[in-house]
Amino acid sequence: MDAQVLNYVFPNDMHPHWTLMIVLYTYLTGLVEGAFIVSALSYVFGFKSLQPIARFSLVLAFSWLVVVTVPLIIHLGQPTRAPWMLLTPNYDGPSMMAGFGYIYLIYTLVILFQILFVYRYEMVLFKATSSGIKHHIYSILTLGTNDRSKEGRQIDTKVIWLFGALGIPTASLLHGYVGFIFGGVKAVEWWFTPLMPIVFSFSAAVSGIAGVIVTYIMIKLFTKRVYEIKTETLKTLIKLLWTFFIFAFFFEMLELGVHAYSVTENWHHVKAALEGPMQWSFWTMQIKVLSIIPFFILMWLSLRTIGRIALMFWGVVVSIMLLMQVFFMRWNVVVGGQIMGKSGRGFTEYFPEWFDKEGILVAGLILIAPIVILWLLSKIFPFWESTTEGER
Amino acid sequence: MTTMNDFMRKLIVSDDTIAPKEPQYRHIEQEMIDRDRRGFIDKIMSGALGGSLMLVVPMHSELFGELLSEEPTISLDESKKKQYCFIVDVTGCIGCGACCVADRKENNVPEGQYRTWVERYVIDMLGEVYVDSPNGGEDGYSESRDDITNEIKDSYFVPKLCNMCDEPSCVQVCPVGATFKSPDGFVLVDNTHCVACSYCVQACPYGVRFINEQTKTADKCTWCYHRVRKGKEPACVAACPTGARKFGDLNDPESEVAKIYHSKALLSVLKKEQGNDPRLYYIGAGQEVI
Ligand code: SF4
Ligand code: SF4
Repeated sequence: MDAQVLNYVFPNDMHPHWTLMIVLYTYLTGLVEGAFIVSALSYVFGFKSLQPIARFSLVLAFSWLVVVTVPLIIHLGQPTRAPWMLLTPNYDGPSMMAGFGYIYLIYTLVILFQILFVYRYEMVLFKATSSGIKHHIYSILTLGTNDRSKEGRQIDTKVIWLFGALGIPTASLLHGYVGFIFGGVKAVEWWFTPLMPIVFSFSAAVSGIAGVIVTYIMIKLFTKRVYEIKTETLKTLIKLLWTFFIFAFFFEMLELGVHAYSVTENWHHVKAALEGPMQWSFWTMQIKVLSIIPFFILMWLSLRTIGRIALMFWGVVVSIMLLMQVFFMRWNVVVGGQIMGKSGRGFTEYFPEWFDKEGILVAGLILIAPIVILWLLSKIFPFWESTTEGER
Repeated sequence: MTTMNDFMRKLIVSDDTIAPKEPQYRHIEQEMIDRDRRGFIDKIMSGALGGSLMLVVPMHSELFGELLSEEPTISLDESKKKQYCFIVDVTGCIGCGACCVADRKENNVPEGQYRTWVERYVIDMLGEVYVDSPNGGEDGYSESRDDITNEIKDSYFVPKLCNMCDEPSCVQVCPVGATFKSPDGFVLVDNTHCVACSYCVQACPYGVRFINEQTKTADKCTWCYHRVRKGKEPACVAACPTGARKFGDLNDPESEVAKIYHSKALLSVLKKEQGNDPRLYYIGAGQEVI
């Protein structure tokens, strides 16, 4: 009997237990990873064309990282007990969620220190020329050093490389881990696959790179400095985006393909869900509109010689599409897995409330928060190359 | 140490309505300290926190308030020697819902949430399976299904509850160790420690868990652990008019469950492929039951 027709779900599964907040949490961690990769490619792998946005990407990653835990904590029924995750982690299980707090903390420290070293020399200079609060902030952030020597800066470069190199596995771990939180749940057929961490990691890179492109161009646009956008940088970003997207999409399809080809009992249920309640969010949006179309746009942008304006315009368009694609992908994973229920005989429904604690308004605020944080950080850490950068 | 414990609890556990303070519960606290659940925090606090295990039983339950004032009649050591087992005889269930009513009362389960429920299975001549469970079957099944056009081949009721898995996925995933297996084999939730992340709810293959609307923590059937330790049957077993729900100790050859278990009766478990090794068995449940 068709699950849709029968429509029986277990009485406790009438509503998804993981809501929009969990979708956001997976989305934000992904953005962090992607933006970090852009900076790491410059600092660790020496991509010259990415150098102009290396430190911007790093600070951008940090501003997303700051809010990652917000939706998680909002979602907890007992938010005040959140510290137990760190104080009494269950490593016997082991619980995949228990390690997240630690990886998150380590990663935050790695990014933070990398930022401090990237800006160390400049901050020493700023400290001397600024006064008042700014002076105090720079005094703290330079950790008491006033070193302006060439040797000192050479050491900086090495330390930055080291943190970048440490950051790459940590970033992958962070997001791969988020994937495993889902991939390790055998009770939910739609989640239970070892491909989940891989899918999450690649789509994370896609969303982060797309996020860098959009914010980079938008900031330059609003500050009326479009002329500063480097075509070469943009081109590299777009090529990167295309590459990562090919992998992400390939693994997403591989996952689906393995499910489909196995034609197990579970697949019948998954298929009915994909053709039923998830038809629009999965097939129409995630696959057709937001994957296939961007794929061809990216191919065109990457392989042909495109004018600067067109590159910028289509770069933003395709990046926004991919930012949405990844959001839909997260939605379809998190919500989809729960819509399918465990009775194997029906589906539940979910659409977030507007003004709920875990609703759309709160989600909107959480998504806007990093932009505000980024603006605040820009007051302390100038994003773009300055004259001092050239002296390196 | 106790001071530190109190301090930490105030610091982190906001919900002081459930914390046991009366000295008569100390023995249970003491008994449970030996469980090796909380990793290093237990060591840090010299076991002072371990006592909160007893909070698995909801203090807000009226009935339970009475029972709690009684000492458990079965010590933990004694209890550890038993091999508790639950058997549901599908052929005996009449779908009256008395078990669900008793459970809701006993454990003060909020409306719309279910520690146990009864499903109705109807199979037509073409082999199509129809399942429903309006309000968890709590109101009984007075209405027959009128949406089935084909002739009906078979029909029966299936009570559902926690499977008390030997390999419980809920325990595996709990990030803080709030869901745990007690030394005598019961899978329980320490609701003073649960952060209500819902991970266990996702991980349970049987959908028996939920986040209790009132306590805002994970909740599920405990096989009435608080009663069992006083030598009583789970409330649903006591309430079942036909004896379709059976509970007892497999190590006691005189118990009904042991007799059934060692007889030729065909016992099955749900979702065997999940590997959870349930200790809840069914008699007469067709393979369509999941
Ligand atoms: S049935 Fe679910 S809640 Fe009960 S022990 Fe098994 S996994 Fe845990
Ligand atoms: S909801 Fe509570 S019991 Fe369940 S996994 Fe989370 S912390 Fe553990």
